[in-house]
Amino acid sequence: MTETVKANIPADTANAAGEPHSTGTTMAIEDVTLRYGDANGVLALDDVSLKVAKNEFCVIVGPSGCGKSSLLYLAAGLNDATSGTIKVDGREVIEPGPDRGMVFQSYTLFPWLTVRANIEYGPKRKGLPAEQRKQIVDQYLNEVGLAPFADHYPAQLSGGMKQRVAIARALANDPAVLLMDEPFGALDSQTRGTMQKLLLRVWERQQKTVLFVTHDIDEALVLGDRVLVMTARPGKIKAEIKVDIPRPRSMDVILEPDFIALKRRILGLLHDEIDEDH
Amino acid sequence: MAQRRTAWTRLTTPFANIPASTATTLALAMWVVVIGGWALLSYGRVVPNMFLPTPGTVLQTTYRMSLDGSLFYHTLTSAKVVILGFIVSSVIAVPLGLWMGTYRAVQAPLEPLVNFIRYLPVTSFVPLFILWIGIGIEQRIAVIFFGTFFQQLVMISDCARGVSRDLVNASYTLGTKRSEAVWHVIFPAALPSILDTLRVTMGWAWTYLVVAELVAASSGLGYISLKAMRGFQVDVIFMAIAAIGLLGLITDTAFRILRARVAPWAP
Repeated sequence: MTETVKANIPADTANAAGEPHSTGTTMAIEDVTLRYGDANGVLALDDVSLKVAKNEFCVIVGPSGCGKSSLLYLAAGLNDATSGTIKVDGREVIEPGPDRGMVFQSYTLFPWLTVRANIEYGPKRKGLPAEQRKQIVDQYLNEVGLAPFADHYPAQLSGGMKQRVAIARALANDPAVLLMDEPFGALDSQTRGTMQKLLLRVWERQQKTVLFVTHDIDEALVLGDRVLVMTARPGKIKAEIKVDIPRPRSMDVILEPDFIALKRRILGLLHDEIDEDH
Repeated sequence: MAQRRTAWTRLTTPFANIPASTATTLALAMWVVVIGGWALLSYGRVVPNMFLPTPGTVLQTTYRMSLDGSLFYHTLTSAKVVILGFIVSSVIAVPLGLWMGTYRAVQAPLEPLVNFIRYLPVTSFVPLFILWIGIGIEQRIAVIFFGTFFQQLVMISDCARGVSRDLVNASYTLGTKRSEAVWHVIFPAALPSILDTLRVTMGWAWTYLVVAELVAASSGLGYISLKAMRGFQVDVIFMAIAAIGLLGLITDTAFRILRARVAPWAP
């Protein structure tokens, strides 16, 4: 974290950046169960509870179809849990709202808006004055390195660039928690690495609370403060692993013995699940 | 380096692009074939001129009717009927179609009714319209409206229904309220396909023109065709048909330009 960057951050975010890893809980998921259809329907999530601390980077990793994405949709308020509660900053989630920004796996930029207008969308809905909006948009355009593409339409961008705009768009709204649903899942492995590096850099500077879902163990360990391992259907939290690898982290971290030891542990936990899955 | 494709390979490859000059040449060649075939049949007396006029006669008639202003007068009347009918229909069909595609509660009552009506032949309603509306321009506009509205409604509701759910979900997580989603997300997302729908249905509106002017009209391209039929003036009929086709082509082009202007971001 450099001082020069902090100076550009609006007042409220600068405060958050000034006191990293404060201990308050931002998001609390309590005994959440999700069953599709009627009482005999498929049980997607079985009594899931977890807490995400303020400014924490929390990652959920699990085999495909374990319900990790469903959990994120519930947290966003895009779907209703069968039972249980989800609270953000003490308020119960009953519908989607700008306090829970989300980056989706599919490309969800508004194709009729330029990059600039996409990032400006949230601040505009909030009714911020034009001058303040411009300041926020410029800041996040620089943050994700897309200032030269401000006036391009999404169709003119590569997949990685689209997801960078999606991240900037979500952050520009200054959400209490940023939900990320396999945001790099559709990208090639090289671009994925670049995006992870970029996300780490942005997160280390901005200090946001992040709940990130992935099936990629390397990605989970490179990014997360804490990794929650989920079981296959019905989804349940099987284990919680603290990632003590010091920050700032580089991509080379995947070669270090500590990292490999953690990866081996998660692989072991997932082994039975993956065997069942395929 | 792979061997360069020959022109023939390019022409016979599915979805492959061809040079613009080749495309223009092919388009012109088609017209030459059609008009040439027509000239051959008419000048060669293969078909009697009473049934198939020569291109020359049609051009002469067009020139004559342009000079005395009657062609312009009838064209204007027809264009007014089609465009007014189309506008009235679109102004209602676009918002209602958006609602229908967005809210199941609007779709559920409307869809069965609309699907029933849209398969009814427009002609069968003409007597009813005359009884109800009379024989003024309103009656003709009603025919155009009836022919396009229900098709538009179904197609536009499909445009709205085709909008990605993730796009709407993303907008919610950025602070869009449920009541705002139609205007802020679904409408702009569906706009290119809505404009395509309007372009296609505009073409259909032109095809109902002659039906609209079949009864009780005293001017218009359909009207002069019918009058010409009684007087065996095949050249006038040909001219009217060509005029309708040309007007259709103009409105079609106008819609293409409009779409490129309004939605430059859409492919």
